[in-house]
Amino acid sequence: MKKYLLDLRVRSVDRLHQRYVLIKLTGESPLPDMMPGQFVEVRVDKSPTTFLRRPISINFVDKKLNELWLLVAVVGEGTRSLAQLQPGDTLNCLLPLGRGFTLPQDAHQRFLLVGGGVGVAPLLFMGAEMHRMGCEPTFLLGARTADDLLLMEEFKRYGRVCVTTEDGSEGEKGFVTGHPILRQEQFTRIATCGPTPMMKAVARHALQNNVECEVSLENLMACGLGACLCCVEKTVDGNLCVCKEGPVFNIRKLLWQD
Amino acid sequence: MARLNVKIKDLSLKNPVMTASGTFGYGIEFADLMPLDGIGGIIVKGTTLRPREGNDYPRMAETASGMLNCVGLQNKGVDYFCEHIYPQICDIDTNMIVNVSGSSPEDYAECAARIDALERIPAIELNISCPNVKDGGMAFGVTCAGAASVVKAVRQRYHKTLIVKLSPNVTDITEIARAVEAEGADGVSLINTLMGMAIDIERRRPLLSIGTGGLSGPAVKPVALRMVWQVARAVSIPVVGLGGICSATDAIEFLMAGATAIEIGTANFLDPTVSIKVRDGIDSWLEAHGCDSVEEIIGVID
Repeated sequence: MKKYLLDLRVRSVDRLHQRYVLIKLTGESPLPDMMPGQFVEVRVDKSPTTFLRRPISINFVDKKLNELWLLVAVVGEGTRSLAQLQPGDTLNCLLPLGRGFTLPQDAHQRFLLVGGGVGVAPLLFMGAEMHRMGCEPTFLLGARTADDLLLMEEFKRYGRVCVTTEDGSEGEKGFVTGHPILRQEQFTRIATCGPTPMMKAVARHALQNNVECEVSLENLMACGLGACLCCVEKTVDGNLCVCKEGPVFNIRKLLWQD
Repeated sequence: MARLNVKIKDLSLKNPVMTASGTFGYGIEFADLMPLDGIGGIIVKGTTLRPREGNDYPRMAETASGMLNCVGLQNKGVDYFCEHIYPQICDIDTNMIVNVSGSSPEDYAECAARIDALERIPAIELNISCPNVKDGGMAFGVTCAGAASVVKAVRQRYHKTLIVKLSPNVTDITEIARAVEAEGADGVSLINTLMGMAIDIERRRPLLSIGTGGLSGPAVKPVALRMVWQVARAVSIPVVGLGGICSATDAIEFLMAGATAIEIGTANFLDPTVSIKVRDGIDSWLEAHGCDSVEEIIGVID
């Protein structure tokens, strides 16, 4: 897919609970085609300590409103600076980058989309695309507490939503891998994004049950284009750039088996 | 338009702006974003005789106005380059220059000889300064004898323009520059990255997998500029300047310090189109200051 370097305009920045912001961007002309699971490298500012671009998942693309949504967890100086953007500001974006999730081949395929924390971000776009294709996804979304569950109303628009929280404040208590739906139902494919221990547990479940599974990695990266080779992951094909060959990988390609 | 073309021995550059090895892939990764034929040259990823997996992840850490990397020369080897990559890049209308690395003078020479046979590669940049591999790389570049031994071996097997990339991790870079000039280098490029380190204080361990890495970005620019100025006064072959260049102003500083051409590295990560902007900025500056040619400003600082 052709890549672009665009100055997008901030339409809104919404705080979600304490630690998250939803940034909605728009462009002068129609936004380029993007696929679920791809990402954007955003230029943060000129502060010396936030020197490199920040890779952020594509959370959602609203073609009608010509909007690109980025869901950001505020964890450090770079993301704090993004959270301070104001409507009307511009954000320089390099996009769309990487390879996304495999989409269903027909409407009968049953996909389980498993997200943890802010890792739920790309699954909204994935679910929306599936819904558009007439294929209803099941979302399994995990968080530490009810306050870390994000965009629940949005997810409910596109499919069935199952929830776990570590403290039991909403949905099933515990981790996503403890949710009964994993034992009770059969899926064609699992797509997952979230903390590495969670994705490894989901991958283990998928391998044991012989279900195809893709994970979205978030290795530290610099260029975003496959040029600097900083973000590599060890795979059956050697070290591969997460930014170019990923961020989405089939688990059979990774050396995750313990 | 001022005249921007410069020469390094037989290598003609349409303008003095090139992209630095390891920061611009093989050029094609950036083809959607900027006209590759708009710059004077593209120095592609470090290539070795045999394939190398590079170092373990994590290979990168962000630092104040810069970054550390310890990629460690990951590449699929010179034969893969000749068979699979060269056909994809040989028609790009600029100088496609291969950065060559190795772990013995014989390795360097054999790798260079195979690239000598590629019609559309007019030059190599010999990397005797990679700080991230144990077996060779910087080991050669930090002594005059080591640097000379590699250049001597390569010069016997490589007949086109030979640029040698120097390490700043030395006591006196001008001595190394003189040593490679004496062995027949056609030019020198400097600086490679400065060895550095960063520590994760919560985990009480280095942020990079091998402990140390090479520092690049604007943080190193004043050091690079000083070294370019020193080397330009010490040798009579052309000097290619690099180290933290982000703007036309930075580039002009290097030209004034004595660089015939410049390379842009880490700044490509911040703005993948920066090299074109630097070219245009040099042109505008020359025009605004009544210069007909870029050569009028090269080495004006005594």
